[in-house]
Amino acid sequence: MLSRRRFFFRAAISTLAAEVALHFRAAAQRLPTVRPNDAAAGTSAARAITINVNGVERTMRVEPRVTLLDALRDRLGLTGTKKGCDQGTCGACTVMVNGRRIDSCLTLAVMHTGDRIVTVEGIAQNGSLHPVQRAFITHDGFQCGFCTPGQIVSAVALLNEGKRLDRDTIRTEMSGNLCRCGCYPHIVDAVLEAAGTS
Amino acid sequence: MSQPLVGAPHDRVEGPEKVTGEARYTADVVIEGLVHAAVVPSGIANGRIVAVDDSEARAAPGVIEVMTHHNAPRVSAAKPADSDSLLFLLQNDRIEFDRQPIAVVIAQSLEEATYAAQLLHVRYEADHPETNFDAAPRYVPKEIFGEPATHQRGDPEKAFATAPVRIEQTYRTPTEHHNPMETHGTVAQWNGEHLTLHDSSQWAFGVQRRIAKVFGIDAEQVRVIVPYVGGAFGSKGQMWSHVALAAMAAKLVGRPVKLIVTRPQMFGWVGHRPQTEQRVALGAQRDGRLVCVTHDVLSETSVSDEFVEPCAVFSRDLYAVENYGMSHALPRLNISKPTYQRGPGESTGSFAMESAMDELAYEIDIDPLELRLRNYSERQPDSGKPYSSKQLRQCYARAAERFDWGRRVPQPRSMNEGRLLLGLGMATASRNTHRTAAKVRIRANSDGTVVVACGTIEQGCGSPTVYAQLASEILEIPFERVRFEFGDTNLPEAPLAAGSQTSGSVGSVVVKAATWLRDKIADLGGTIPPNGIVLDVADEPGENDESYATQAFGAQFAQVVVDPDTGEVRVVRFVGAFDGGRILNAKTANSQFVGGIVWGISMALFEKTRYDARTARIMNANLSDYLVPTNADIPNPEVIAIEADDPHINPAHVKGIGEVGITGAAAAVANAVYHATGVRVRDLPITPDKLLV
Ligand code: FES
Ligand code: FES
Repeated sequence: MLSRRRFFFRAAISTLAAEVALHFRAAAQRLPTVRPNDAAAGTSAARAITINVNGVERTMRVEPRVTLLDALRDRLGLTGTKKGCDQGTCGACTVMVNGRRIDSCLTLAVMHTGDRIVTVEGIAQNGSLHPVQRAFITHDGFQCGFCTPGQIVSAVALLNEGKRLDRDTIRTEMSGNLCRCGCYPHIVDAVLEAAGTS
Repeated sequence: MSQPLVGAPHDRVEGPEKVTGEARYTADVVIEGLVHAAVVPSGIANGRIVAVDDSEARAAPGVIEVMTHHNAPRVSAAKPADSDSLLFLLQNDRIEFDRQPIAVVIAQSLEEATYAAQLLHVRYEADHPETNFDAAPRYVPKEIFGEPATHQRGDPEKAFATAPVRIEQTYRTPTEHHNPMETHGTVAQWNGEHLTLHDSSQWAFGVQRRIAKVFGIDAEQVRVIVPYVGGAFGSKGQMWSHVALAAMAAKLVGRPVKLIVTRPQMFGWVGHRPQTEQRVALGAQRDGRLVCVTHDVLSETSVSDEFVEPCAVFSRDLYAVENYGMSHALPRLNISKPTYQRGPGESTGSFAMESAMDELAYEIDIDPLELRLRNYSERQPDSGKPYSSKQLRQCYARAAERFDWGRRVPQPRSMNEGRLLLGLGMATASRNTHRTAAKVRIRANSDGTVVVACGTIEQGCGSPTVYAQLASEILEIPFERVRFEFGDTNLPEAPLAAGSQTSGSVGSVVVKAATWLRDKIADLGGTIPPNGIVLDVADEPGENDESYATQAFGAQFAQVVVDPDTGEVRVVRFVGAFDGGRILNAKTANSQFVGGIVWGISMALFEKTRYDARTARIMNANLSDYLVPTNADIPNPEVIAIEADDPHINPAHVKGIGEVGITGAAAAVANAVYHATGVRVRDLPITPDKLLV
């Protein structure tokens, strides 16, 4: 098997490369800035709620039927959290609520007044990537990247859960997050490495 | 540069965006004044709409418009080319498959659109749908991707009649839906007669041309922007109905419209791998040398459109056998049109052919690997052309060694792991690779940076990383100084990102452009003028593409354990060795090979779309009933890339590698299951009930 250590060795160089690349974003990725969709607040039954998202108190008007996922994406413009099914079957929408990882498509925003929510946008601190994020890059724990926000949040929460982690427990514990690109072994590699370093 | 850049396991350049949630996909696009559309799918699979009562939906809060066949803009849904698909654009009252779009509700918010979509009352006149694969009327297609659907060399029938050993079996593979994690979706915005689409697609230019035909406008009036694509696997290679419906809705309401296909709708109109039935007959000498192969394929298609799963291409182009026959025929069912899915034909065809080879090996009692070697072909058997390169022997040898194939005790049910039955199986992998015309724009800036721009897309194959590697190596500048732009029809034209052709096609023109730029800079004495240097470069397949057969190969080895009491199968080890030509990036290539193997395991054990035989409606249209593997289902596949220079294949010296990994993988698992249990499952997926016999 291609030595993982060689990947580690490369990591230092390529992280640098990746940071440079951030400034060189492809044309197609320069999309309009996401803004809260005011019209989408609805009128009937809408009510104001305040939740703490990534350390910031956010107040918004939402109808009771709005899921936490749609509130984050459409109302707060936090589109990092993805919708893969809207049915609680894929884990793309994983966020942390008071430290616990949950599917945000399966819960209503109005149920979270006063809760602390952490989304993928809140994982990196002060512009520096979390060890889990770095390990996902080093180990190529993604291809298309669509399941990745959910995988990252799930993995960070898993590390915080304090279980003893080996390959098999990680495979089981990360099984709530589907990856159709088939990156599972590399996701396990990434979580294993982050478990050793964080 | 002393260190070669090409091949180095560089991290993906877009990695930081993808791990922080900053990477934008189509559903993340927001435009001023955007409104939301929800598609209403049909509730029957055959018949017509008698009446639509939209009064309740229209009265619901936030609803702007309800678009049905009564008020939809008149457009052209016909196919401009055979390779396109018929669209279902609310132009009439006919329904021919489950979940066909029959209305679109446009509202201020997603919740309002989704809710109002449920308030539409539709009265149908339902006809009996055709659901019977075995009994439905079938026909022989004119061709399969430009090649004959029925073909013969030698006299397979006669050879079979006199062959000392004969294997004749029928294999079945089910309907499978691609289910990329990102569902399809489109954001449409009109500006007068000009249309801008953000779309999740494998081919921006294909969408541009097709949507122009739908509205009868020039392609130049359409711009298609493709943000990051969250997986596709073939399903986003065609422009499907919802793209046009989003544009029609935007026209109708005079506002930009976002239309995101829901997960249950992913089983509707966006394509699937067709169910197949394949009869394989092998005639052989007692020593295992094949004297004839025939491969007769049935694959389902829709009632009004055509897609052929070209299963027999796999057997046609693989082993040295003099007498060969193949045929493809299509039963027409009330289903949506099937389409390409990762390794179309070769993934399903390899399951049948490589299972049959395993059966032959048992029949004459020789090692399955030895059987493949005895039939090894030095030239492409059918065309007689030399291969541009072929390292399949090395693939077999290296994978067998890594896997320790030699420990295998040939008899089924002879190996154990505790109380579990242990099985080892292998199969050959093979995938034709092609190259098509592509263009890029290359620009050197006076600060020493270089931009390579091409309207191809990024769906996880690593385009922005690998093309920067290719260009920077030729230009002898650091990798970080090259930026690859993509995902927009305003950039030079790229081919469909599918069929394992992108790295050969775009890679070759990148090589050409970078070589031109290097020479140009040398001519200028090594300097770049203040306003930079820019050139548009085009490249197309040359003579070599005619004179050589271009195929990627591999050897797949699977180890399974089977619980004798429950029939549960687990793949515990997998080794694949692949001949994919020159590897552009060891890290991303490994991911593509592993991804292919994961798809093969999934095909062997999990995936199947289930239709109700009475109504032709899909019964498992979600990700809890349509099974795809989870992390715990997948072992850690060991991948060996057998690299050898292939100067003949194309200027980039690469074979596509996105698909070869799935071919043969399901057969390797099925063969391992036979070895473990003595039960030959010829009907995928291998579910526990089939082993408890
Ligand atoms: S979107 Fe929530 S689990 Fe799939
Ligand atoms: S990276 Fe594509 S779905 Fe996981």
